[in-house]
Amino acid sequence: MELPPSHFPAARAAAVAVGYLRYLRGGPGRGLQLREVRSARRQDIDDVGHKYYLELELEDVLDKGSTVNCTAEVLYHLGSKTSAPDVQVTVQGELRSTEQADKEFYNRIRSLEKELEAENIPGFILVPDSHGNVPPELEPIHLLAWAASGYVIWQNSTENTKFHLAQVKHVKQVNPIISLKVKAVFHRSQEEAAGFSIEKTKSSGSFAPQIRQ
Amino acid sequence: MESFLVFLAVLGVTSTEQLFVGDQVLRVTARNEEQIALLRVLGEQEELQVDFWRHPNIPGHPVDLRVPFPNLQGVKKLLDFRNFSYSIMIEDVQIYDWMDVLVEDHPKLVSKIQIGQSYENRPLYVLKFSTGGSNRPAVWLDTGIHSREWITQATGVWTANKIAQEYGQDPSVTAILDSMDIFLEIVTNPDGFAFTHSSNRLWRKTRSINAGSRCVGVDPNRNWDAGFGGAGSSSNPCSETYHGPHAHSEKEVRAIVDFIRAHGKVKSVISIHSYSQMLLFPYGYRRAPAPDHQEMNELAKKAVSDLAAVFGTKYTYGSIANTIYMAGGTTIDWAYDNGVKYSFTLELRDSGRYGFLLPSSQIVPTATETWPALLDIMVHVLEHPY
Repeated sequence: MELPPSHFPAARAAAVAVGYLRYLRGGPGRGLQLREVRSARRQDIDDVGHKYYLELELEDVLDKGSTVNCTAEVLYHLGSKTSAPDVQVTVQGELRSTEQADKEFYNRIRSLEKELEAENIPGFILVPDSHGNVPPELEPIHLLAWAASGYVIWQNSTENTKFHLAQVKHVKQVNPIISLKVKAVFHRSQEEAAGFSIEKTKSSGSFAPQIRQ
Repeated sequence: MESFLVFLAVLGVTSTEQLFVGDQVLRVTARNEEQIALLRVLGEQEELQVDFWRHPNIPGHPVDLRVPFPNLQGVKKLLDFRNFSYSIMIEDVQIYDWMDVLVEDHPKLVSKIQIGQSYENRPLYVLKFSTGGSNRPAVWLDTGIHSREWITQATGVWTANKIAQEYGQDPSVTAILDSMDIFLEIVTNPDGFAFTHSSNRLWRKTRSINAGSRCVGVDPNRNWDAGFGGAGSSSNPCSETYHGPHAHSEKEVRAIVDFIRAHGKVKSVISIHSYSQMLLFPYGYRRAPAPDHQEMNELAKKAVSDLAAVFGTKYTYGSIANTIYMAGGTTIDWAYDNGVKYSFTLELRDSGRYGFLLPSSQIVPTATETWPALLDIMVHVLEHPY
């Protein structure tokens, strides 16, 4: 059945799809967010659950003029409180490459690591601060945490929730692997708060996040 | 005095800084005449752009000065060097101070009234914009009912300044104020607002103590007597959407209810929240469309289009229940069910990237784009008396 794209049920399913995509494709050089739900449809599958078919228009926050179109399918399993929705997302066209930005970020963190060891100061930072400020050098970490939060949002979503990342409370660089321990506050339906801890690890090369909640 | 002036020369010239972006208001107490004189000299240094909200006059009386962000460090060093005692005013006190300035600057248009007190006994102030008459039909605006939604109180301040500025200049504002009054409550939840500064930036509710529970506060946007206790509100005091022990239990809500009832001619209620970029109208407590759905939908469509025309910001619109979620006990449902036909809720920027923690650089753009939407609603109210 067709769903009005501007209404809540479509937006809720879209949030899961975008969270999932952010986890897969987001990183310090790419922050994908939803601009608009173009169309939405729901299919009730007996003994299985509710499946949403979505056409979404996204943008990269680092490239505001850009438009990324994608289609997504979100299946909420019937009566399930423990299994995450099944999500499939297909991006139309190519996403802008962030290889250069990722490499720079990786090298910067590697070099930082030495400094931190020397000064023995763990990096505890609130991102953003109360006034929404993110220091420029922390913006890639903010985006990385936002990407990781997509995983948490996907894994914990049900047809009764709509999670958003509210604030990154702690980002700690843990030696020797580059691992960012992120403690974040999430908002469910913009109201309820829930806390999760994410550990996102990266070895040299591409991002293959391992996320522990 | 010479060393004082030399020090100031080092600070250099600054560009015009907008209010909000890191500016602070300092409350300084001058102990003697010499310190009063020093403060006056400070005020005369143009490049510092220090702006007195309370002027240096008599020793022992507080002097309030707003210091633009780039000059903060320098000014504070100066004050320390000269042994001034000062404190940084927290924002709701700043806003109350600024209100007095606005009233002073526009005595024929703006007045400040108190409609009650919060749970923690903070005054609940409302700005009244009126060009006279007696008991004219009125528009009610409120911001900051959910304390963490800082973009809303800031937008309230900007909008108040704008209204005062535009009366006599802009034909729509002038037409509106020539026949109607505007009431604007900016810090609708001052206890919550203070708490977001002192303890928990993400606090939403009031700060009332819940009997028998360790959890504090009631959701002031679930506490109204319209579908009270229904879907989308919680009976658990620890919940962010706790509706409270009974409708209008919260003093902050009761004060508005009593005001609107006593006034008798409020024709529109616009309650401003953040975030998610939406313009909503009743109902939240039921899915069935309100009798005036069609008209409100058309008006919302126009307002949202005029908002988008400013910077391209996309808003969705519709009834609360359909567009956002079912919610019992909301402000605008109560207003609508009590005769206020044009009741709207705005959810300002953004759509989730920063959420409640919207950077202050977005305050002026947000307020600027919201202004035409507010005007559209107020003009419609003016042109459709009932």
